[in-house]
Amino acid sequence: MIPELGHFALALALALSLAQAAFGLWGAQRAQPRLMAATAPLAAGTLIAVGAAFASLMWSYAVNDTTVSAVVQNSHSAKPMLYKLTGTWGNHEGSMVLWVFILALCGGAVAGFGRRLPSTLQARVLAVLALVAVGFLAFILGTSDPFERVWPPPMDGQGLNPVLQDPGLAFHPPLLYLGYVGFSVTFAFAIAALIEGRVDAAWGRWVRPWALAAWSFLTLGIALGSWWAYYELGWGGYWFWDPVENASLLPWLAGCALLHSAIVVEKREALKTWTVFLALLAFGLSLLGTFLVRSGVLNSVHAFANDPARGVFILALLMLYVGGGFALFAWRAAAMAPTGVFAPLSREGALVLNNLLLCSIAAVVLVGTLYPMFADLILKQKISVGPPFFNSALLPLAAPLIGAMSFGPMLPWKRARLWPALQRLWWAALGGFAALLLCLALEGERIGPALGFAAAAWLILGAAADIADRIALFSRPRAALARARGLPRAAWGGAIAHAGLGVTMLGLAGMGLATDRLALLKPGQSASLAGYDYRLDGVGDVAGPNFSARRATVTVSRDGQTVTVMTPERRSFPLSRMTTTEAAIHTTWLRDLYVVLGDERDGGAVLRIHNNPLAPWIWFGAGIMAIGGGISLSDRRIRVSAPAAKLARGEAAA
Amino acid sequence: MTRKRRRLYLLLLCGLGLGSATALSLSAFQDNLVFFRSPSDIAREAPAPDRAFRLGGLVETGSVQRETTPDGRPEARFRVTDGHSTIPVTYVGVLPDLFREGQGVVTLGKLGPDGVFHATEVLARHDENYMPPEVAEALKRSGHWNPDQGAPPPAATWNTLEPTSASGTASPGGRSGS
Repeated sequence: MIPELGHFALALALALSLAQAAFGLWGAQRAQPRLMAATAPLAAGTLIAVGAAFASLMWSYAVNDTTVSAVVQNSHSAKPMLYKLTGTWGNHEGSMVLWVFILALCGGAVAGFGRRLPSTLQARVLAVLALVAVGFLAFILGTSDPFERVWPPPMDGQGLNPVLQDPGLAFHPPLLYLGYVGFSVTFAFAIAALIEGRVDAAWGRWVRPWALAAWSFLTLGIALGSWWAYYELGWGGYWFWDPVENASLLPWLAGCALLHSAIVVEKREALKTWTVFLALLAFGLSLLGTFLVRSGVLNSVHAFANDPARGVFILALLMLYVGGGFALFAWRAAAMAPTGVFAPLSREGALVLNNLLLCSIAAVVLVGTLYPMFADLILKQKISVGPPFFNSALLPLAAPLIGAMSFGPMLPWKRARLWPALQRLWWAALGGFAALLLCLALEGERIGPALGFAAAAWLILGAAADIADRIALFSRPRAALARARGLPRAAWGGAIAHAGLGVTMLGLAGMGLATDRLALLKPGQSASLAGYDYRLDGVGDVAGPNFSARRATVTVSRDGQTVTVMTPERRSFPLSRMTTTEAAIHTTWLRDLYVVLGDERDGGAVLRIHNNPLAPWIWFGAGIMAIGGGISLSDRRIRVSAPAAKLARGEAAA
Repeated sequence: MTRKRRRLYLLLLCGLGLGSATALSLSAFQDNLVFFRSPSDIAREAPAPDRAFRLGGLVETGSVQRETTPDGRPEARFRVTDGHSTIPVTYVGVLPDLFREGQGVVTLGKLGPDGVFHATEVLARHDENYMPPEVAEALKRSGHWNPDQGAPPPAATWNTLEPTSASGTASPGGRSGS
């Protein structure tokens, strides 16, 4: 009964969304206040309906209802409750329901928080969001029904892929989707602006929080996925330039460009067309990511669906939304007159450079991701593009981006001079140079990591210099604390996010110095790596809730002192007939000791030992970036939108 | 600055960005594209010894030997076949959990002058029924396997099989893991 209710709720949401789209577009066009006023309650109704569908799907998983086909294929009664619930979105059908649920949440948020928006703009934004929802609801109902029943019901489900039974991956998709789908709101704002033919500072102010929120969630989602790959897949790496990873990186890059160019629209009313274009691009790349992952075209580790009908449907949706958006852009963009004028060397100029480089990076990643598919389809060649391509093509673009990152916030709007900025940044540059030399002195000729450390020092010190300059820490130290309190949260957020990237760079540079070795050890023997001795004490059998494992006990010591005991495992899951490797990781913040158990033979076991300097800082830095985004989001000027503030002042005067 | 000139500058900048991205991609493509080769492809035309490529096929049954190098590292030797030709492979490292004789495998590495493929990576997926798409394609091309008729026949018999007699048990499907 509950699954049928869920199915009905999805159909109801489709009907409500259709009404919301029609009322919003028609009402705004004809200036019918009653039609426009209906969009917000309809958005709330859609949210309730999709929420009910999502809850009933979750309920089916929680009680392990084996008459539901998706539950049979992806769940099992012996699974821990957490993974039963998170298994809801661990498969194609469920993840699409999650996608639409988050979209409905965004619609509800625009309806709820957007009361201060002009009514036509709000109606159009809600209508565009509803149009997106219509497409994806039709996709779910038409090609991937999550509530399909099976009869007769099997005794139990087939279990979830054990690699996915992990807390990191349980929350990776929701965060990632909050990012992907968050860009649907900026997309809707861009489409509404194109229809109205008007973009102004207020528009920039409304778009920026959405871009910031989506970007922050996407940052967290990507970091969580990367961290999961690091500890769960047992390869010792954190980023593989896998097409699925690239699919999430592309909207992140576009979103990063968008949230920066939205500042220019807000402050200076310049770069309007460009910002609208970026908003379309960010959502287009989000949809492309969804298409790549959901259609199964990649056939990489993440591909779930093997059904071409789904791929064609999502491709059609992609064409419709992105093609429609860009067609509208080509038709209407000329109507938006730019007003703000600026010199090439200015804050605006720096932000243009940021956009240019981020978009170039996105273009390179896009080419590297899609080219193997084109080569396969058109040239009939099987080609893969691996890390060497991305490393050599992206370094020349990332280096100037990072170089300009500390400069940008130092430059004044409209027109700037290089010398004053240089004067305030000399110690950051000195720190970067010192880090470069220090790394070269300690580690020998390792250019890549040395440049990474220099970039990290430059970014972190540059952010510190920015804050120190704004609060006049050195010129008037007494007033510094008061000024720090009065500094807009957006300035703090920006500096913290920039420093966060510096922290991530620190981790990346450290991982550039990572070493590993293989050793075939008999119990009692030991191997040493980077000053640590790893002694294999023995290998034994362990039983888990739904797996059995071989567990090695490895005692790690340094200079005769025992540091820790590590227990890497190889787990075999009888239900899905799969084996997974559980790496043992001991972190000291300065380095990760990482041990993987390989095969056993000749009375011993093969161990792969990694020494990963500074590895945790990669994800820690991403967390700092997201926190920076959050702090920026709590800025007063974002919470209080411009027209409302004027209104309040008017009332006070009266 | 007039509106026209601003637009010109903006277009120039966009062109610059796109142009540099294209140039960087192309130059990186030149050195870093990794081609897929089946054993038959290599028999037909040996790739340059300094160029990394991916070799895929089935692991020949009975060909896997696990040894230890003089410095104590584990080394695996096996042969990869697509029915027509066979290439010997050596790999120093931990083989993936699902590496099995008779199953599809993709390896990344370089072909030595001695005709032995030195793999730096062995890819096998988290699902024992998974067949790498490139390998499936290579097997179909060599006429040994029609995926619609079921699972591939045992790899040991590949060099002696007639191309038309390929058939097997019911296919468990081609879902790839995670």
